[in-house]
Amino acid sequence: MARVTNLATMTPAGRTRSWRIFAWILIAPTVIGMLLFTVVPIIGSLLLAFFRWDIMSAPEFVGLQNFAEAVSSPTVRVSFLNTIAFVVVAATLQLGIALMLAVLVQEKMPNWLRVFFRSVFFFPLILSAASVSIFMSYLFNEQFGVVNWLLSLVNIPAVPWLTTSSGSAAVIILVYVWQNFGFSFLLFLGGLSSIPKDMYEAAELDGAGGWGKLVHVTMPLLSPTTLVASVMAVINALQVFDQPYVLTRGGPGDSTRTAVMVIFESAFQKLEFGLASAIGLILMILIMFVTYIQFRLSRRFVFYQ
Amino acid sequence: MTTLVTSRKQRRERHSGSIGRVIFLLTCALLTLGPVLWTLSTSLRPPGEAFDLPPQFLPLNPDFSSYTGVFEQIDMLRLVINSALVTGLIAVGQMVSAAMAGYAFARLEFRGKKWIFALILATMMIPVQVTIVPVFMLVRGMGLADTLLALIIPAIPTAFGTFLMRQYFMGIPAELAEAAQIDGASPWQTFRSIYLPLAMPGMAIVGVLAFNYHWNEFFRPLIMTISEENFTLPLGLVTLQGNMGTGSISVVLAGVILSMIPAFIVFLFGQRSLREGLTAGVSK
Repeated sequence: MARVTNLATMTPAGRTRSWRIFAWILIAPTVIGMLLFTVVPIIGSLLLAFFRWDIMSAPEFVGLQNFAEAVSSPTVRVSFLNTIAFVVVAATLQLGIALMLAVLVQEKMPNWLRVFFRSVFFFPLILSAASVSIFMSYLFNEQFGVVNWLLSLVNIPAVPWLTTSSGSAAVIILVYVWQNFGFSFLLFLGGLSSIPKDMYEAAELDGAGGWGKLVHVTMPLLSPTTLVASVMAVINALQVFDQPYVLTRGGPGDSTRTAVMVIFESAFQKLEFGLASAIGLILMILIMFVTYIQFRLSRRFVFYQ
Repeated sequence: MTTLVTSRKQRRERHSGSIGRVIFLLTCALLTLGPVLWTLSTSLRPPGEAFDLPPQFLPLNPDFSSYTGVFEQIDMLRLVINSALVTGLIAVGQMVSAAMAGYAFARLEFRGKKWIFALILATMMIPVQVTIVPVFMLVRGMGLADTLLALIIPAIPTAFGTFLMRQYFMGIPAELAEAAQIDGASPWQTFRSIYLPLAMPGMAIVGVLAFNYHWNEFFRPLIMTISEENFTLPLGLVTLQGNMGTGSISVVLAGVILSMIPAFIVFLFGQRSLREGLTAGVSK
């Protein structure tokens, strides 16, 4: 009986039709989920940005007032400036450290040692940023922390890490980079391993030393990886939240408040959902703009083989 | 002849440089592991000695009182169960839905396929913070406010997972399906018994990535859950730290170490999948 039905569906028309229905069934969960939890919310966010709404009362249309408020509010402005400063410093450090370590690990060494280094530098990526921030807050404790104890060994007086603006910013950057450099490191390691060996041999024949090979072979051939790694590092850093939330709650003052922290606070502490949406959209535009600039710059500096 | 001489000279130079290089890398490795080792050894010291200096990096006389302490101070068991439920269901949901959609996009023909796939890829660019307010409203409207389902359901559709599975299915020869159809296999049978078993490694990557992300997630649980009985581990631990001040930090650190164990197991056995997943889509 089953055999007969199968033979019937073997005719081209019946077959394609049942396959087409099958395809729709397969994509349904993902497509419906995407529409419901990403497409509808992004449209919702766009609309909400023009309303004042605190959940309790009915939403009230206010035009561009939320955007005006976002731009004029000192807290929002400081938070965006903090975020940009954070991105510049943290992404530069993250990429610099990752590139240096990847080049060093890629050089000749026993394979077990390379696997060891790769695993160690990868390790912080599996931890939760919240947990990392918890133990780092103890390590950076002014009186009892290990960091100040280590500094005292070389006669550096105790640094007030988490009670001053500059100290807090430094801790957040260090903790963030400590946890995330491994990701860029992995990308660079992948990029380095795909550079053909004969490129180096050719450079050696031309009399290039270690530095010459790095500048004339590694860097140009690695530039596509560098582009992707920097785009990803910048996008992730623009969304920093967990570390400043757990380590400083944005303080002292507003000195370590970030863009995502003001979105969170506007929406879920002050119940200003329209304002939060407006700030969120500004952040999204910033992210897209930075990505666009990076790809534009890449046309000049990235060397594709 | 000249090449031989150069290469020997080069080798000598490399050798002298390599010891300094390895020492430097070992120092970096120590800086990476040091904070975690300190956390482990401090969690194994009696609470009163937690802040003793010089610090201990190796737990020589382990004391487990902080580990029993953390279960007394907070409902640690509840946090573990919540985290396991949320992470597990998201991971399984993502593996199944991404495998289904990935297969359709890789191997089946239907109207609008290109556009739908492009739309799915485009959603990857939208940061979670931008959609969180409407998602919160939506979940609230569905009557799921302050439940674990509020964390689970919105996280199941995965653009990146779908992309990954599509790539994976495109790597599996199409001839297999043709052979199966000649034998009279239905669309479902072709997918279920021929393609799905071959795609298991790809699904493992999706699962491990989902685990790593959602086990450690802090932002969404902070927003979506209100009662402590619905907290997940990272949120519970941050709350515990806030309540403790600098009181008995070894109890907090014991909680931190416990929360790391599942992630560490995945690191030991699934590191390769995790590495492949994290760097997928970057290297062509």
